[in-house]
Amino acid sequence: MDTFLLEAMINGILLGGVFALLTIGLNLIFGVIDVVWIAYTELVMVGMYAIYCLYSGLGLPLLVACLIAVAFVTVLGALVHFLIIAPILDSPPINQLLATGGLLFFLQSFATLLFTTDFRNIGVRLPSLQLGGMFISTARLLAFIVALIAVTCLYLFLKYTYWGLAIRAIAQDRHIIGLMGIDQRWAYGITSAIGGALAGLAACLLVLQYDIQPFIGNSFGPIVWMNCVFGGLGNLVGGFLSAFIVSEIIAISGYYISTDLSYACAFAAFIVIMFFKPRGIFSK
Amino acid sequence: MLELKKVSAGYGAFKALFDIDMSVQAGEAVGVIGPNGAGKTTLLRVISGLIRPWSGTITLNGQEIGGKPAYEIVAAGIAHVPENRRLFPRLTVEENLKIGAFVHSARGQLRERLAWVYDLFPRLKERRNQLAETLSGGEQQMCAIARALMSRPTILLMDEPSAGLAPVIVDQVFELVQRIREEGFTVLIVEQNIQSLLDVVERAYLLEVGTIKLAGTAAEMREHPFVRTAYLGM
Ligand SMILES: Nc1ncnc2c1ncn2[C@@H]1O[C@H](COP(=O)(O)OP(=O)(O)OP(=O)(O)O)[C@@H](O)[C@H]1O
Ligand SMILES: [Mg+2]
Repeated sequence: MDTFLLEAMINGILLGGVFALLTIGLNLIFGVIDVVWIAYTELVMVGMYAIYCLYSGLGLPLLVACLIAVAFVTVLGALVHFLIIAPILDSPPINQLLATGGLLFFLQSFATLLFTTDFRNIGVRLPSLQLGGMFISTARLLAFIVALIAVTCLYLFLKYTYWGLAIRAIAQDRHIIGLMGIDQRWAYGITSAIGGALAGLAACLLVLQYDIQPFIGNSFGPIVWMNCVFGGLGNLVGGFLSAFIVSEIIAISGYYISTDLSYACAFAAFIVIMFFKPRGIFSK
Repeated sequence: MLELKKVSAGYGAFKALFDIDMSVQAGEAVGVIGPNGAGKTTLLRVISGLIRPWSGTITLNGQEIGGKPAYEIVAAGIAHVPENRRLFPRLTVEENLKIGAFVHSARGQLRERLAWVYDLFPRLKERRNQLAETLSGGEQQMCAIARALMSRPTILLMDEPSAGLAPVIVDQVFELVQRIREEGFTVLIVEQNIQSLLDVVERAYLLEVGTIKLAGTAAEMREHPFVRTAYLGM
């Protein structure tokens, strides 16, 4: 096989790691709380600016800045739930959509007000790894590894703890959850905080690869959404796998056709597949 | 031990229960019968906190529990086996049981409790790693009851445990209810299968359009002319 193709494919898989984090975060919130967070990738943008302020502004060590940013976005996730979603939990889905859509515009405008639309970056660029004639992005490799570790931790949490069990149960039958002694508000709060934490972590990994600007969420949002639908809304494993399939489509079409059209190709593939499998590629 | 006084409840503007007075003593098994739509499920829901009473008082051992959220009422000692079993289909049998022990008082004793319900229902032990959706109807009912027992309730509410099961299995479910009684649990059980119900309870209430039309011992109910003609088909 030609090394450039191999290189593109490897980078595609590595790119999938961060998408997997975000897809799982959004899918978890959708599956458990049954709301759609239109503004989900805007939390990533907030996290990236947080790192920018802490690292480039205050001069904190990068790792510390990242940890604080993750904590901050985790809290923000819980706040989004308690302040915006919880009061309208029983409203029609369209109202919830409008509310989180409003949050999207609010966060984008607020970021523009504070930071203008100038591109910022923290000035840390990791070198590429050279491997038998191929160039592999270290930032992406790091992102991939960290993302897999995070997904494993989440899996262990959902599988082996009481709250993890409660969260999985709610996604299956929310109406009787109280009979199990579970306070639904807490389960929703924890789920939203986890969603926030994953977005915060994604911010740490992306800040090493991309410039920050108020609308950066728009560059990831649609892909993350597509991954969720592709793998079956609310299906965590499906979303996880889709993230890699979609990034691979992006990488390969970028190689064969053009990088400018690679996202368009992924969406075209998505539309075609949805035609045959409207409930996701893993549906029976 | 459980006492309802003038309890009313409903959904939206629709009133489903009107001034219900009812009591269950410790160690007793009490039945509730009535036609479809009478409000039997609503009655259990209001006791377990799934819906709030509009008025009236509900007390457990003298403590007011009316209007508290369901998760607090379980902790107070009332477990509810809901209509249609409602297991979590894509959790394993053991995970379903584990979630029944979510309340704080039960968590520390997970192992003992699991051993105890597996002893009570050996079939569940054989199937503990299977997804709940793969169980047969009768096994699902066992699992739903076992899940409720995991919190070691002082009173167990059961909503039509025999519904939708084949006749042989229905007999097994009533044997199960009998076993649970022998374990010393207090039960309040809603059933359409009135003959079998009256064999396992001491007293029963007849609910019609949201009001208690009749109440009495199992023997009294069985002999009552109205119950005989309208419900026992004699
Ligand atoms: N979630 C709900 N929203 C609105 N009305 C409801 C709801 N659940 C029940 N009802 C109404 O309340 C009344 C009592 O219903 P309930 O389910 O308590 O009856 P039931 O005695 O349990 O009947 P069944 O024997 O069919 O289970 C019915 O008229 C029903 O239509
Ligand atoms: Mg009912």
